Amino acid sequence: MNNSPYSLKPASVQSVMLRVLCALLPGIAAYVWFFGAAILVQIALTSVTALAAEAAMLALRGKPMRQFLTDGSALVTAWLIALTFPSIAPWWLTMLGTLLAIIVAKHLYGGLGQNPFNPAMVAFALMIVAYPQLMSQWPAVGAADFAAQLNAIFGPRQLDAITMATPLDALRTVLRDPEQRAAIAGLLGSHATFGNIGGKGWEWVAVGYLAGGLWLIQQRIITWHMPVAFLATLFAVAGLFTLIDATQFAPPLFHLLTGGAMLGAFFIVTDPVSGATTPKGKLIFAAGVALLTWIIRSFGAYPDGIAFAVLLMNIAAPLIDMYTQPPVFGHKRKEGEPR
Amino acid sequence: MIARLFKFKGGVKPASHKDESAAAPIRVAPLPSHLIIPLRQSARAMARCLVQPGQTVLKGEMIAAAEGPLCTAVHAPTSGTVRAIAPQPVPHPSGLPAPSVILDPDGQDRWIERQPFDYRSVPAQETRTYLRDCGVVGLGGAGFPSHVKLGPGEKGIETLILNGAECEPWITCDDRLMRERADGILAGASIMRHIAGARRILVGIEDNKPQAIESMRAAVQRLGEADIEVVAVPTRYPAGGEKQLIRVLTGIEIPYGKLGTHFGVQCFNVGSAHAIYRAVAHGEPLVSRVLTLSGNMTHPGNFEVLIGTPIRELLPLAAPRADTDRYLMGGPMMGVALLSLDTPVIKGTNCILAGSPTLFPPPPPEMPCIRCGECAKVCPAELQPFELYWFSRARIFGKAQDYSLFDCIECGCCSYVCPSRIPLVDYFRFAKGEIWAREKEKAAADIARERYELRLAREEREKEEKAAKLAAKTEAGRQKAAAALAEAAKPAATPEEDAKKALIAAALERARAQKEQVHPENVSDLTPEQQAEVAAIEGRRAEIREMAKPHLRQDD
Repeated sequence: MNNSPYSLKPASVQSVMLRVLCALLPGIAAYVWFFGAAILVQIALTSVTALAAEAAMLALRGKPMRQFLTDGSALVTAWLIALTFPSIAPWWLTMLGTLLAIIVAKHLYGGLGQNPFNPAMVAFALMIVAYPQLMSQWPAVGAADFAAQLNAIFGPRQLDAITMATPLDALRTVLRDPEQRAAIAGLLGSHATFGNIGGKGWEWVAVGYLAGGLWLIQQRIITWHMPVAFLATLFAVAGLFTLIDATQFAPPLFHLLTGGAMLGAFFIVTDPVSGATTPKGKLIFAAGVALLTWIIRSFGAYPDGIAFAVLLMNIAAPLIDMYTQPPVFGHKRKEGEPR
Repeated sequence: MIARLFKFKGGVKPASHKDESAAAPIRVAPLPSHLIIPLRQSARAMARCLVQPGQTVLKGEMIAAAEGPLCTAVHAPTSGTVRAIAPQPVPHPSGLPAPSVILDPDGQDRWIERQPFDYRSVPAQETRTYLRDCGVVGLGGAGFPSHVKLGPGEKGIETLILNGAECEPWITCDDRLMRERADGILAGASIMRHIAGARRILVGIEDNKPQAIESMRAAVQRLGEADIEVVAVPTRYPAGGEKQLIRVLTGIEIPYGKLGTHFGVQCFNVGSAHAIYRAVAHGEPLVSRVLTLSGNMTHPGNFEVLIGTPIRELLPLAAPRADTDRYLMGGPMMGVALLSLDTPVIKGTNCILAGSPTLFPPPPPEMPCIRCGECAKVCPAELQPFELYWFSRARIFGKAQDYSLFDCIECGCCSYVCPSRIPLVDYFRFAKGEIWAREKEKAAADIARERYELRLAREEREKEEKAAKLAAKTEAGRQKAAAALAEAAKPAATPEEDAKKALIAAALERARAQKEQVHPENVSDLTPEQQAEVAAIEGRRAEIREMAKPHLRQDD
């Protein structure tokens, strides 16, 4: 016989995960609109791969198959991999990344709830280190030639027509060329890659993620702490350095609306398993990710730094939690003193 | 007027299910076939039984007297005959039987002579003793003796809080009581204020009970005393938790291990206030209470029930449905599943809830914790339940205590919201139990070790004393020997020889002294006749010894 409480709120891991997937839909819709349906192929690819790997690992580990395969956690990882990898990456690349995420980053560390690192970010980091070239070929905005995109994924690859540098890459190129060095803000809207604020097309994908993320906060799946701390820190540090030298550093809104910033703010940094959990800890964790992201973006060898920033902060998460335990009822200030 | 309400963090809003039982007025339950009255009513201490099997008692007659500071008296809930005094199962999670008086009612329900108690003309201490002897304990569930809570404590009580929040779903007994007997409740509160010397009275009622609030406010008007306020508090479980209600009404947070009196505030259930009123104004000890029968029942409602009524005999009043698979004492959030329906209603029984697989479906299989933090968001003690869960599960109890395990009030909010369906509260109960068991073991071991160390110390002391005595004796002997040597005056002797001789002499002296000391007591001071007899006996023994010699040799 079980003990009190006897009535339970209808809640499940599955419903949490499914709502996270739903929240990704606006961003995915924008993605398809601006960059073609290749992303849907990738999502299908990673989903099938992730579920197969999950099933195999559950069988190996002797875990109840039905209970764990339907929890939706593998799908969230799969979708995040699809959305962080280039949508025209070859099929084996995303598949390999997904296998590494599910088998190594998740199950070899103990499965659901036990992984110290964000599995999708492990996949991204490993792949960008191993295949920097393939991980940098992004679809061109508007070039929604689906057949060519399919060729890019399943071969033979003819990329020239359908790829384009990402805004962060383009920015890097611009900054390295002394002749082009002008106020970066002036580039926006005048350059093929740049949109009004961020990257052309990408800024709308980011808006889609933002909408989904706000809905997640409304659903109490995530709290405001992480996204706000992440975006605010990124904005603040980018803003500060733009003030210092506008020819060297991209403006803050550009940072917020390019690369993986919005996806990271609401869907990656907020992974509860591998992140900090206390309110203060969440602020520190997300601010740390944002700071590292900006540093890697501005000075590092890789165009976007969210994956490495997240993994670095994942290591620090237990320590952050330990030092940010909130005070307990009745132990806050001088005893009994009203607030 | 209190300026504003404070908030407590966390809490949940489960479906209230109050309407089922709140509509109908309180009915008096019929006399049961027999009553089982546990002698341990105050949850802390056992009362001393005053009756014998076969003895007839009147309603309200004391059948067990209070013993010790946390004990309260127990009374016969109706007139009748004591059948037996025997261990009986009581509604407690342990399911262990407790000594109880079994009473067969005579159907007359005849009261003892009842006298109002003039609490205004006696010292407060006397009224508290009177309440103890009337068996008044908290009716909210914990059953803590009211007279103890009304004691002066460290700071005295400034604010008296009446708890009419009744935050658990389904339960409506306090709601009905406030609607129907508001004057009695406030009269009780007024008596308590007098005893405790409190300045103001705050009545906290969840705002989902507008009729109770209105009824109580009207009663405040009728009473016409100053500084009594009925406050509607936001409906959010566990707003009726003592610490939470105190926080909401006064802003004071009472930490684990501290009592309300440390902060000049004390909280009583409205039912307890009513019981105090009955005891003082009518001379009626606490022999009955109002409880809710609800849940999977066709006629849920509230009933005035005699303490000791077997729960089995109550159920027909509300007619449980056929698919009822269990009964809970208390609400669905903190209630206890009844192991037997033969357990009696005790003073803390506020609700009997019938459960069914549809009403309380078995939880789906437990999933791993994903650290979503929902439990921390709803914890009214502001703990991090998922951290406590890891530590409890891994049996890292020291860490669990570092993370304030014992501040957990087991309200069940964390288990209620957990998407992984982890029975968090069960883990915390387990961890607390283990820690208590270990501390008890450690205390026992400490006592044993202390005892052993004391023994060692005593033995050591005795040894030292013996040695000191011996040394003193030796010194005395040596001095004597030295004197003898000096007399002999042998200058040729080397100091070494002197020392040796002295030692030998001392040893001889010692032996002599010992011989002198050891003398048979029974043969001293004998008369000549006795001496002759002894000699004769000695002679006979010598003869026998001689006779026995050959045989002994043969045996060799």
